[in-house]
Amino acid sequence: MSKTVLMQGNEAAVEGAIAAGMRFFAGYPITPSTEIAETCALRLPQEGGKFIQMEDEISSIAAVLGASAAGMKAMTATSGPGFSLMQENLGYGAMAEIPCVIVDVQRSGPSTGLPTSPSQGDYMQARWGTHGDHPVIALSPASVLETYTLMIRAFNLAEKYRTPVIFLMDEIVGHMREGVELPDPGKLIINQRKMSFHDGANKQCYFVPEGEYVPAMKPFGQGERYNITGLAHDESGFPVNSSEIAGRLVKRLLDKVEKNTDHICRVEEIEMDDAETAIVCFGGTTRAARDAVNAARAVGKKVGMFRPVTVWPFPEKQLRARLPQLKRILVVEHNHGQMLLEVQRCVGGALPVGFLGRIDGTVISPRDILARLGEMEGMHHAE
Amino acid sequence: MPSDLVHLYMRIDHLPQIWCPGCGNGVIMRDVAVAIDELIHDEENSINREDIVIVSGIGCSSRAAGYLDFNSIHTTHGRAIAFASGIKMANPKLHVIVLTGDGDCSAIGGNHLIHAARRNLGLTVVCFNNDIYGMTGGQYSPTTPHGDRATTAPYGNVDRPFDIANLASGAGASFSARGDVYHARETIDIIKQAILHKGFSLVDVYSICPTYYGRKNKKGDAVEMLKWQKENLVPTARYYSMSEGERANKKLIGILSFNDYPEYTEEYARIIALCRKAKKK
Ligand SMILES: Cc1ncc(C[n+]2csc(CCOP(=O)(O)OP(=O)(O)O)c2C)c(N)n1
Ligand code: SF4
Ligand SMILES: [Mg+2]
Repeated sequence: MSKTVLMQGNEAAVEGAIAAGMRFFAGYPITPSTEIAETCALRLPQEGGKFIQMEDEISSIAAVLGASAAGMKAMTATSGPGFSLMQENLGYGAMAEIPCVIVDVQRSGPSTGLPTSPSQGDYMQARWGTHGDHPVIALSPASVLETYTLMIRAFNLAEKYRTPVIFLMDEIVGHMREGVELPDPGKLIINQRKMSFHDGANKQCYFVPEGEYVPAMKPFGQGERYNITGLAHDESGFPVNSSEIAGRLVKRLLDKVEKNTDHICRVEEIEMDDAETAIVCFGGTTRAARDAVNAARAVGKKVGMFRPVTVWPFPEKQLRARLPQLKRILVVEHNHGQMLLEVQRCVGGALPVGFLGRIDGTVISPRDILARLGEMEGMHHAE
Repeated sequence: MPSDLVHLYMRIDHLPQIWCPGCGNGVIMRDVAVAIDELIHDEENSINREDIVIVSGIGCSSRAAGYLDFNSIHTTHGRAIAFASGIKMANPKLHVIVLTGDGDCSAIGGNHLIHAARRNLGLTVVCFNNDIYGMTGGQYSPTTPHGDRATTAPYGNVDRPFDIANLASGAGASFSARGDVYHARETIDIIKQAILHKGFSLVDVYSICPTYYGRKNKKGDAVEMLKWQKENLVPTARYYSMSEGERANKKLIGILSFNDYPEYTEEYARIIALCRKAKKK
């Protein structure tokens, strides 16, 4: 049975995670993500799960990876400063292929910045924050209900691809309160990681058959013995110095995401069928963008909204499919132009790409967007 | 290590290991394997091989995890105890043994060490303490004695050192002990007790690094360095039979502090039980 409840975005993140099977949370308090830790402390033991407040964010993500290696679905949550501290172990999770979900409820930066103000300044950090070439999956919800449902998808993707998934929220969505009708728990699709049937020492725990990308292994303590390392390793999980093996490993890790973008990438499109102008937005800028679309449509302008729900990898196939019909694109984000770079890369100069951003911790309004659209149209006519 | 033990508990296709000739790490790794073997075959306290998880950080010493044929995870520099905390919380029946270096566990990982000790989370930490950063080529560590040389202390170390065993007990570890390479039998027994101990246990095992610490400080070869251990590190019974004067400049090999504070995962299990009872009502 579905039920309607009043919920905050941060709470919805926890309830979605619990519905997905998350039973371990380690974290360190930081605004505007703290309610996630607090809700986990309250809710997890009720579900037989476990919460621990670690000494910092480095140990939080380390404990999460450890718990996941021992078979638990695990999550941590933080904001910009803590997300920066997590970067080394985020790369470790990608290299060692340990599923987990890392929530970043973005706030204004750089540094301690404006702790209680909204921002989307971690978009590029989510992609490039850890060193080295590595796969990244990042999802960004735009409402309380979507926070709940998308969190389930975040765990499903983490389990399916055996990789950390970044759940890129922002202060707007994290602190938003809405009445939501939660889906019937019986109807949810919940993925579990692939497991091997091996007992005893496994010298091929990281073996992946031709045409597949994800190894199958049991969690620690279930009878299969193997080694995990962040060093370049062979199929046995043992460190190697061979450039051939190292190159093949990193290629497979990247392919795991790049060859599966059709499955991983999701977008939301509003009024895009006949749109000549697309507003590209994500997460916390979505509401203002949607209102702007409605206002523009009310006066007969062919404006639509294109919203990456999967923000990494950037849904370039979906955006490219729209290019032939478009005359211009306006990218709206609470930063100095980060997703803008991805949009420009996909457009490749074929269309004018405008930008509206904010870096002062205040919120972009529908009126700001309409004004910027007006400017762009003016520029177009003048040509 | 007796050869049957090598075949039983080592990943022999990955031998020989990477350590220098004369390094103490091989002996400590052997001590850990012997301690585990004796516990597996102990009728009273028998532990299951598949329930053992070896967790290490980064350093020469931390490579031990890969050679030992158990569940093993070689993590990031300094973070082994934090990874281990998650493993133990996820499955408290596991015996989680952290193999770490003096830099790994008391410099970059010092924060995790004191907090795991404070929580009394049931991990066993075995520190391979060689007073130096071996892997990166001989820089001073938090245990390098004052005045000693290292590549980053060319005029003598200005820092004052930690005593890691005392640090752990000061932070609340319910079991804190010291071992060394020379006194292998005593060290094996200490590691066994540490593994059987319910709460947080730490064994600071004095190792030798002839390649960097030894050479920089004119301590002679491995044999000379072991002789120093024989003369200056004293097992419990003999230590306590010595006079104050005789003990000066000597260090105890044995258990430094011990208590039966409640273990963290058991305390947390009580919280879960409480919540479940409240839910049923
Ligand atoms: C974040 C990070 N910083 C620095 C290093 C480089 N590094 C690798 S091992 C090591 C020191 C190891 O010393 P110790 O823990 O005493 O181990 P030993 O090699 O002496 O056994 C350092 C500084 C690293 N791998 N990661
Ligand atoms: S550098 Fe020192 S600690 Fe490292 S293997 Fe050589 S002797 Fe051992
Ligand atoms: Mg060392």
